[in-house]
Amino acid sequence: MFKTIFTRLKQKFRTLPFPEKEPQLVDKFQGCPEINVKKCNLCQECCNICPTAAISHDIKIDLGKCIFCQKCTKICPNQTIQFSKDYRLAVNKREDLILSDKQLKKATVLGQAIKKILGRSLCLRQVSAGGCNGCELDINVLSTIVFDLSRFGIQFTASPRHADGLVITGPITCNMKEALLQTYEAISEPKIVIAVGACAISGGIYADHEEVLNGADKLLPVDLFIPGCPPHPITILDGLLRLINKTHTSLNDVE
Amino acid sequence: MNQKLHLLNELKPIPIEELQQKVSDEIKQEGRIIAFFGLPTSTDKTKLFLFIANKNNKSITPILTETTTSYQSLTPQIPQAHLFEREIFETINIFPKNHPWLKPLRDSQSSKMEFFSLTEDIHEVAVGPIHAGIIEPGHFRFQCYGECVKFLEIVLGYQHRGIEKALKHGPTKKTIHYMETIAGDTSIGHAIAYCQAMEQLACCKIPIRAEIIRAVLLELERLANHTGDLGALANDIGYLPTASYCGRLRGDFLNITALICGNRFGRNIVTVGGINNDIDDITIKFILDKLETTYEDVKSSVELLFQCDHAAGRLEKTGILDKKTAQDLGIVGVAARASGINIDSRLQFPTGIYSTCPIKIATQHKGDVWARARVRYLEIINSYEYIKTILAMLQPGPIITLIGPLAIDALTLSLVEGWRGEICHVALTDFEGNFLNYKIIDPSFHNWTGLAMVMRDEDIMNFPLCNKSFNLSYCGHDL
Repeated sequence: MFKTIFTRLKQKFRTLPFPEKEPQLVDKFQGCPEINVKKCNLCQECCNICPTAAISHDIKIDLGKCIFCQKCTKICPNQTIQFSKDYRLAVNKREDLILSDKQLKKATVLGQAIKKILGRSLCLRQVSAGGCNGCELDINVLSTIVFDLSRFGIQFTASPRHADGLVITGPITCNMKEALLQTYEAISEPKIVIAVGACAISGGIYADHEEVLNGADKLLPVDLFIPGCPPHPITILDGLLRLINKTHTSLNDVE
Repeated sequence: MNQKLHLLNELKPIPIEELQQKVSDEIKQEGRIIAFFGLPTSTDKTKLFLFIANKNNKSITPILTETTTSYQSLTPQIPQAHLFEREIFETINIFPKNHPWLKPLRDSQSSKMEFFSLTEDIHEVAVGPIHAGIIEPGHFRFQCYGECVKFLEIVLGYQHRGIEKALKHGPTKKTIHYMETIAGDTSIGHAIAYCQAMEQLACCKIPIRAEIIRAVLLELERLANHTGDLGALANDIGYLPTASYCGRLRGDFLNITALICGNRFGRNIVTVGGINNDIDDITIKFILDKLETTYEDVKSSVELLFQCDHAAGRLEKTGILDKKTAQDLGIVGVAARASGINIDSRLQFPTGIYSTCPIKIATQHKGDVWARARVRYLEIINSYEYIKTILAMLQPGPIITLIGPLAIDALTLSLVEGWRGEICHVALTDFEGNFLNYKIIDPSFHNWTGLAMVMRDEDIMNFPLCNKSFNLSYCGHDL
């Protein structure tokens, strides 16, 4: 028993002081891209090299397709696209993921009615519909002591009957379509849907495979999109907190 | 000695009637089937490629045969062929005659799906595809007599995304990204297997600095996942100290990987010819310091679990996979080493820095959940020591080399010891040097049957524990 207590003291307190304090991220962290259109010489090399065709000819990046591989940054002769350390990527609408040289329109709290019902206790059911386990692991880690999701009143539940919302990962394989729809039907109103990762938003690298359905919003109404491949746990956490209006005021954008 | 590259026209096919005898002879000498797949040709004949690995003489033997529509199934005499034959039938319709359980492998919605059922006093428990936790989907059907499981059938295929089909005629700009997401927690393992295959096809050697950093990344992936697994096992038996500390410590190992490449899973760093970005001496020093503190914390956390009597009571003699069953089924990786089978590609088929600087192998012999946990812990110790050793060997130099064109009408096989076990990629090129076929065998492909076997005569309440002790990839199996 003494060894257990001694180990507990040695392991220390590890929960991040997020959202009160900004998280410390590694130097090479791949956050939100910044586009400086003025530097672009229209060579289109970035559009050609992007594996998911996320970059349009007028140099807008569809973050729902972006897998953050940074091939565009490396091939660009003029540093038009640079990946910042801004981890706040979650948005409410699919069209808000089309990033131009303006700031990303980040997710805000859902309507007051929903916030009143779900704001203090949000129960989520996660469904992996073809995910590679990257997004699943990074969602799982939110329940560990570093992120400690339950202190915000958010938890993951086994039964969709107990859930207020669905968190979807993976490009929605045809083999998972029925199970996913049944899970959605089993959740009672009011319910929300959250799509995590490039695959769940657009199909990601698997877009247009005949085995997949190209993302959650082809089947269900999605309330929160969290891009990334996979999104860092702090990105997912920030997105969830925005939904229930628990982000720190200094982290909210004033538009 | 295994030849890395074969020209397709140099492989002489044996008659299909001789296949079973040839494979049986190899198996008797402790060979293992590491790959078995078919390739339709422009004629009415389909080629069947089978590869046997032998750890004793460190050889990989290719066997080629041909047939038109069917052949005598190997499975009744050689059980480890069973899933390969189901896959061949499902993908290219070559019928294995007398296969004992020929049902769809990845087509989980198929109308031909049937389940083995026992009758009288047996009740069926069906779980999945969606499970309780945040986990990939799969279907488990238990035949139970009271609480005792008599038979477990595992049906996968829910994660099937069509990767192998998409790889044909490549490589393209998407290929490396497919490789990194075959199993998202094994991005480094599969990426290295692919890049090695490409480098073998181009007869190209990568710089030693890249070899070392690739090995560091592979071992970091092993450290992170083994730590997470030990925490998950502790969680399943309700031993919260280890569960809680290991949950955090896994993240610390992932953050060390992120220091090297910006991504916790090690994506976008391993590339054909070497690695994409370098690390400076300051980062290396930081990595070593962080590694040491994290490793010491893992040691103190995991030793609590192993020294706790009631934890031992739950883990010992649970989910036993005996050595003979493991050998018959061709089990690989941690599960095999825990049952006393000392196979490890890093030692027996080493590539990169493992060829010049060998790593220690970790084995146990009881084959229970305890043994699989113990192997993970020993591998954490070995990987930590190995990373320190090879980082000390780093010299300034290039990190990438430009590879030439790929050999045409050729075949290469690439083995990597991923954290679950042996990853095998087989690439065949056409007359232009594009992929004629690309076969991926994740270690989970071999090992899911091992989980089904350990549950026989086991209490159903021990299923989550047994499942976590294997911790297999659903998407790695489904592709």
